[in-house]
Amino acid sequence: MTALIVQRAGPATTVQDLGRPGMIAKGLSRGGAVDVLALHEGAALLGQGPDLAALEMAGAGGTFRADGDLRIAMTGARMDAALDGRALTWNASHAMPHGAELRIGAARAGRYGYLHVGGGIATEPVLGARAVHLAAGIGRVLEDGDSLQVGPDPGGAIGLTLEIADRLTGGALRLFETAQTGLFPDVALRRFAETIFRTDVRANRQGARLVGEGGDLDTGGLLSLPSEIVLPGDIQITGDGTPFVLLAECQATGGYPRIARVLEPDLPRVAQAGPDAPLRLRWIDRDETLTALTSWCRHLAALPRAPRPLIRDPAAMADLLSYSLVGGVVSATDPEGAP
Amino acid sequence: MRSATLRPLGPDGWLVSFATAFEDAANRAALAFRAAIDAEGWPEVSETSSSLVSAFVRFDPLARGAETLEDRLQNLLSSRDWSAADLPPGRRLWRLPVVWGGDLAPGLAEAAEAAGLSEEDAAAALSQARLRVLTLGFAPGQPYLGTLPPAFDLPRQTRLTPRVPEGALVLAVRQLTLFARPGQTGWRHVGQTAFRVFRPEAEDPFPLSAGDEIAFDPVSPDALGEIRRADSTGNGGARVEEIA
Repeated sequence: MTALIVQRAGPATTVQDLGRPGMIAKGLSRGGAVDVLALHEGAALLGQGPDLAALEMAGAGGTFRADGDLRIAMTGARMDAALDGRALTWNASHAMPHGAELRIGAARAGRYGYLHVGGGIATEPVLGARAVHLAAGIGRVLEDGDSLQVGPDPGGAIGLTLEIADRLTGGALRLFETAQTGLFPDVALRRFAETIFRTDVRANRQGARLVGEGGDLDTGGLLSLPSEIVLPGDIQITGDGTPFVLLAECQATGGYPRIARVLEPDLPRVAQAGPDAPLRLRWIDRDETLTALTSWCRHLAALPRAPRPLIRDPAAMADLLSYSLVGGVVSATDPEGAP
Repeated sequence: MRSATLRPLGPDGWLVSFATAFEDAANRAALAFRAAIDAEGWPEVSETSSSLVSAFVRFDPLARGAETLEDRLQNLLSSRDWSAADLPPGRRLWRLPVVWGGDLAPGLAEAAEAAGLSEEDAAAALSQARLRVLTLGFAPGQPYLGTLPPAFDLPRQTRLTPRVPEGALVLAVRQLTLFARPGQTGWRHVGQTAFRVFRPEAEDPFPLSAGDEIAFDPVSPDALGEIRRADSTGNGGARVEEIA
């Protein structure tokens, strides 16, 4: 049995998969990777199913050693990665031979990086999934010295990469109505969508606080609501008028009024947005929503055929890597730089 | 009870609310309506749930026929008075051993005083109550139980109790909740059980369901300790029976 040894774990690294849908009635939110797209991309790079578990690294990676020959891929937030001192391309698959040491540094753009292994991380499933759900008390963050079993890897190509549309530096979020949208005055809904927001530095797997000029909302009269079902993507407004986008590990129910739902395809953009990344909001109707969800499903379905060979030779990769990282830093700090 | 409302909860959900504030009749309606949706077996429905006063339907908005779900829900809603409907079958009655007050539950004295009762009378009233699991939420498997007599319509404490243990029974607004995990609370810690509402490793990880009923068997702290020592299931000495 092969394993991935955690020599030094970043501060909040957890095993994640697609989570546990269908348990809201029992008070358990779906959980799972906050950037679901990154899971699909890693699976595509390794030619395996998106249901396999990977490591989600919040803010910074860690140091890992291969016990057995592994195939790996990294996706999500851009982090510096080096295998035995040799720089590795992000959003690509690589061989990690037995005994090799992989160092993954701090995020340069985005919040959540993902490390995938061929065969998936094979921790013991709980309630049908391997996703650590800290709020629910399922599993824990990785610690130095942990040894993670790796599932059987039928093998496949390495040296593949994916071209990925930027989602690390903010951008547009599409909004659909949710539980209390109708209770906010039209002028508040309009002003909400005209505000450019940034996420608070304390954003975590449960949610991200949105900060924006004039973004505070009057919730007068809406603060004695009975507790209702909440779902990831709902934007709730707390008593002081601050909006929070709820993410994968939110509670299953809550009593704060909710003004909008961020469309599922745009949630990775929220999760990955650092404090410098501007987020713009836009209300859409049901027709446009269905079109957006259809193209999201098509995109996920097409991913397994999307990887292409890395064309640069290894000696040139270091230059390419540093070039793209500088680009990421520049666009992350330029408020007008997002696409 | 006001008339029910049907509104979207995102593009993939419908929320059917039977009141704008907690009422026992609205909770009964929500439980019955959710069961009725489940009985319809609509293929685009992926998940249903009920909260304090609402039923929730999650569905696949891209599924064939999903655009007519709103009309079907509206028709079902107007087909009868849901607050007068029978509660769904298959519910269970749980009798939970509990220690009221004392060192294990130091909030009973304050709760009793606020309710205008002696500690003994408060404990007796809580022991006589037959409560319903109104909903599960806040934490996995964690039940909100109601509805207690009007004397127990207590506001939250102004300050938080920093930590109550798993199995704690805390009280506010004519409801009790039974803590799934150790945590802080603004409700008053009036009782302590050895019942685990979330057992991730067990075959049945969530023993309670919305609509189940709960009664309490008062026991001494020593007896609860004995129950804990002998218990390997998480049931904490509870007896359970089907509600006919």
